[in-house]
Amino acid sequence: MTDRPIAELTQRLYYGVRFIRRVEEEIARIYPTDKIKSPIHLSIGQEAIAVGVCTALSENDVVSGTYRGHATYLAKGGDVRAMMAELYGKVGGCARGKAGSMHLVGMEHNILGTSAVVGTTIPVALGYALALKREGKRRVVALFFGDGATEEGVFSESLNFAALHRLPALFVMENNALAIHSPSAARQATDRICERVETYGIPARQVADGDVFAIHDYTRQAVESLRRGAGPVFLECRTYRWREHVGPGEDYEAGYRSREELLEWQRNDQMVRLSGMLQDSQRAAMDEEIEARIRDAIAFAEASAFPPVSDLYDHVFA
Amino acid sequence: MTTSSRSNGHRVLKYVDALREAFDQEMERDQRVFLFGLDVDDHKGIQGSTLGLAQKYGPDRVFGTPLSEDAMTGIAIGAAIAGLRPIHVHIRMDFLMLCMNQLINMAAKAHYMYGGQVRVPMVVRSMIGKSWGQGAQHSQGLHAMFMHVPGLKVVAPSNAHDVKGCMIAAIRDDNPVIFVEHRLLYNMEAFVPEEPFVVPFGAARVRTRGDDITVVGISNMVMECLRAAELVGDVGIDVEVIDPISLVPLDIETILDSARRTGRLLVVDNAWTMCGASAEIIAAVAEGRAPGETIQLARMGFAPTTCPTTPPLEQAFYPNPVTIAAKIHEMVRPKALAWTPDPGKAELAYQMQFRGPF
Repeated sequence: MTDRPIAELTQRLYYGVRFIRRVEEEIARIYPTDKIKSPIHLSIGQEAIAVGVCTALSENDVVSGTYRGHATYLAKGGDVRAMMAELYGKVGGCARGKAGSMHLVGMEHNILGTSAVVGTTIPVALGYALALKREGKRRVVALFFGDGATEEGVFSESLNFAALHRLPALFVMENNALAIHSPSAARQATDRICERVETYGIPARQVADGDVFAIHDYTRQAVESLRRGAGPVFLECRTYRWREHVGPGEDYEAGYRSREELLEWQRNDQMVRLSGMLQDSQRAAMDEEIEARIRDAIAFAEASAFPPVSDLYDHVFA
Repeated sequence: MTTSSRSNGHRVLKYVDALREAFDQEMERDQRVFLFGLDVDDHKGIQGSTLGLAQKYGPDRVFGTPLSEDAMTGIAIGAAIAGLRPIHVHIRMDFLMLCMNQLINMAAKAHYMYGGQVRVPMVVRSMIGKSWGQGAQHSQGLHAMFMHVPGLKVVAPSNAHDVKGCMIAAIRDDNPVIFVEHRLLYNMEAFVPEEPFVVPFGAARVRTRGDDITVVGISNMVMECLRAAELVGDVGIDVEVIDPISLVPLDIETILDSARRTGRLLVVDNAWTMCGASAEIIAAVAEGRAPGETIQLARMGFAPTTCPTTPPLEQAFYPNPVTIAAKIHEMVRPKALAWTPDPGKAELAYQMQFRGPF
């Protein structure tokens, strides 16, 4: 790669990570006012995974995510206005206020709906991939899930089926080593997930340090392979959830983890790293645009109406 | 559709062959339709209902699966959201318990919870078993579990005509449809049009007209009720047998109108009564009565036990034409002595065919 593409990529990555970080910080700021009518599971600290992956996808490719899905939704180009209004329970939301934070969806940007039940979207994303394979336009699905999902039976069922049918699917594991408050060491007999996945004949790679460039590069190679029809690929990204499981705050005083862990990951914050690779003027321009978009999204959400009560009965059946 | 003439495109067909014809015609018509599930492509073809389809439509559109009911249900949902029209097949309804997360949390809710952005046009076929020692886990009629949850349609056709028309309607429906078949119906014959046709959901069918009592049967119990109606006919009781065909949506109007006219309603479900389809129908009719209006209400279903395999216990587990006939008699003639049909006639009742036309 020449310097210019690297510089462009750095800008895109910085913009993506910074945008998600700032959107979620604003959500956390607003949350105590009770204007947001939905439980929130913040991705702060984990943004680089969604951004690293989605910057290697094309607009026509598809993503699926989890209830901790703001990052996935925004990284894939989801409409931040529609997301914010959805959190407010307003009719301008991506699901007209019926989804909240845990069921974000943006089919116009090929963002499949997220689910609150861990692991549930994994086979749904693969069903979409099966349809894409039949479509024959070489589109791919990147499906995001956490370490808890790998303990669900459906995860193993899904790996097997994806490999058996050589589905164009990139499995992206956001491994923050926590299921609510339970550490993975208390839940998993070993942490050798990539080894397990490889027994299905699926190439697997771990990015242990959150390196956004490594995530992006691996995804780029994976997508090329998927478009050739070579079958599914697996990416495990170690990461860290900076905030509490649900809600806007921190909970290091609760005793299930130490602030030392946080500080270690914060020293490795990809947003700071990317920021340091930019010229001040570039960064300032992007930051200004990001703040303007967030202000606009909040204003949109606040101005949007609540849905009429008659909406209760809409969309039970198609 | 009142003709019984072959020349008009109706011929006598078995339930199983009517099902296969529905798949064949819809797969021919619509490239988006595909059919999958364990053993749909083997030499037995789900009791014959999928035989030949794999050869005709190829492995992309007819394929067997791993024993991964949970994930395979998700696959169907995702494919449906992407615009395909999956038919997911289970040889027994009991296996649907492995699919509940996907069916209840995703299939039923996706259209609603995603604000109408997606549709889930899928069919989930499953068969209720009975007899030959099917036992605890091959015999359950679990349709009420699905009726409980908004967003799922539930249909349980009881004859060859309706199974074809309902399957075509289910495939063309933009919603998830739980399609309830019954193994003992597979060889039952009826007049079935050759051309593709639709039996609309939410329209009950009055199978026999009568003024003394309304009897609603569900799934295979429609057949048992028709047999019981023949038996009580011998002692001059006229039964109106109604087949709801679809349980969601449920045509309560037809049932209510009939029950108000006869003054008596017996619901016989191919399932347990507790919180079941029979409970729902009885409750809806009770709520639909005019002030002061009396309708005698009763229901029958599986014994409140697990289904045993040994024949004497299994026999006692299910309502049958004799027990249904006795119940009808008791309701219509409460002051008469207890009555049960002649055992020889009860035996003969099983040889009756109810071919329509419908």
